[in-house]
Amino acid sequence: MSNAFIHAENLAFTYKGSGGAEDIPALKGITLDIQKGEFVAVLGHNGSGKSTFAKLLNLILEPTGGTLSVAGFDLSKGDLTEEDLIALRRRVGMVFQNPDNQLVATIVEDDVAFGPENLGVPMPELRERVENALSAVGMSEYASSEPHHLSGGQKQRIAIAGILAMKPECVIFDEATAMLDPVGRKEVLDTIRRLNREDGMTVVHITHYMNEAALADRIIVINDGTVLMQGTPDEVFSKRNELRAVGLEVPQCAELIHRLRESGIPLGNDNISSVAGCAELILKSFAKGDAANG
Amino acid sequence: MKSIAFGQYYPTDSPIHKMDPRAKVILTILYIVCTFLCKNVLAFAALLVSAILITLLSKVPLRMVLRSLRPLIVILAFTSLINVFMTKGEHLLTPNWQIPFWGGNVWHIQIYEEGLWNALFMILRIVVLLIGTSILLSYTTTPIALTDALERLMKPLKLIRVPVHDIAMMTTIALRFIPTLMDETRRIMNAQKARGADFTSGGLIRRAKSLLPVLIPLLVSAFNRAYELAAAMECRCYNGGKGKTKLKILHLHFGDIAAVLLIIAFGVGIVFLNRFGFYYTMK
Repeated sequence: MSNAFIHAENLAFTYKGSGGAEDIPALKGITLDIQKGEFVAVLGHNGSGKSTFAKLLNLILEPTGGTLSVAGFDLSKGDLTEEDLIALRRRVGMVFQNPDNQLVATIVEDDVAFGPENLGVPMPELRERVENALSAVGMSEYASSEPHHLSGGQKQRIAIAGILAMKPECVIFDEATAMLDPVGRKEVLDTIRRLNREDGMTVVHITHYMNEAALADRIIVINDGTVLMQGTPDEVFSKRNELRAVGLEVPQCAELIHRLRESGIPLGNDNISSVAGCAELILKSFAKGDAANG
Repeated sequence: MKSIAFGQYYPTDSPIHKMDPRAKVILTILYIVCTFLCKNVLAFAALLVSAILITLLSKVPLRMVLRSLRPLIVILAFTSLINVFMTKGEHLLTPNWQIPFWGGNVWHIQIYEEGLWNALFMILRIVVLLIGTSILLSYTTTPIALTDALERLMKPLKLIRVPVHDIAMMTTIALRFIPTLMDETRRIMNAQKARGADFTSGGLIRRAKSLLPVLIPLLVSAFNRAYELAAAMECRCYNGGKGKTKLKILHLHFGDIAAVLLIIAFGVGIVFLNRFGFYYTMK
């Protein structure tokens, strides 16, 4: 067994068709490793299987083929006890797309306490965990607010706090930014990055936004239930034509570099994932041009 | 719909707001018993004074409390009429009131003194009952504190397999989703209006029919939300409340116990006052 935090080998999942409908294979053999402390973005367009993959990671769905181990638990044998399942879900938290459908209580702090309450965390520590989780997402002042008075981004940060209060080692964001406005999306992304950089949280961010994927340490592109490619954002965005073939567009700055290169300007690929990196590439080429002319 | 208030909760910092919700539930039950113990003028006078004192103590504006009595007027009028005309007693007030019918028939109106007293006592009882329960519970207790209190008070019912925790969890989730579903209703109605739906004209049946295209998408979306919520709850290690701890632990304070003792003493006092044969005593 590999010692990666998440290890999948030939992982497959098929949605059983009901009432004579055909079975739908969503994952057709995924092989990948995610290490502890990594920030990985899983990228793919609608129907690529990326959300199905997320739901396998803490056993909301059970794999139908291949092997999958997460946090030392083997999820592909189907022999986890109820205690194992709870232990797994405590260590691997999941934040969903719709912030409204994951909050259970009418007061913010009661909601954040829901996870640790279920785990049986006793009182002085419980209060401390709730406070720490709320301050980690910058929502301390809303502790006694009602969720329906908050914005989408704020609600999603409360949902993240609810997961953090269980003290997980890994958080999976299943398109957690898809329903938010640009401000809310930025709030949530800043929170995700801080968790990864400052607290060493393993983050799996499922998304179809290229700009969000660019923030990750590594991008895994899933298409039609298989891993199309994986690598650093720079590596992935330099394969613009392969991405385009499966309906994905690279970020605008990377697109600019690709087009400049196509029109004959020699440019590298080394910092293509960030705006600053692209600007630097272009400046460098100007400098080279000046040297050649002068 | 951002400012929707659940129930009638009126936030102030009165001593009644600060009481343990369990104590308030017990107090309410005892207070209801007290209203039914009252039998004569003295007892009802004491009851009325207690209701006014409780209202003042709660800092809920009297105006608001009285306004909540308005829907009761029909019921009050009806019960008092029945009491006035149907009570038979010893002191007939209207010996010669007759209404002639055709064919030489005569209807004798018989109003007894006892009937008037009964009507008055009935009105007082219903009014105080409503003021007492709304001040002790709905105006001063958040719905979440109330479900919490009921869960704890009903705990003994677990022995006869009543799923107390599940009932409390369902109530909490229902309360949580009321504003969400109201927002959604408004959104669907606007979407249907944009396509030419008309919710305001036509008779009752036509209007009810026009709501169907709102109710069906609402129901479908409620089920989808339920599935997602269930998955989210599982991800947060929900296992039906086994070994669950609580963020907010309820503490019975001296004041809570004193209040319960006080209301018991009040009940005893009412039974004592009932013994004075003052004017009229209810049977």
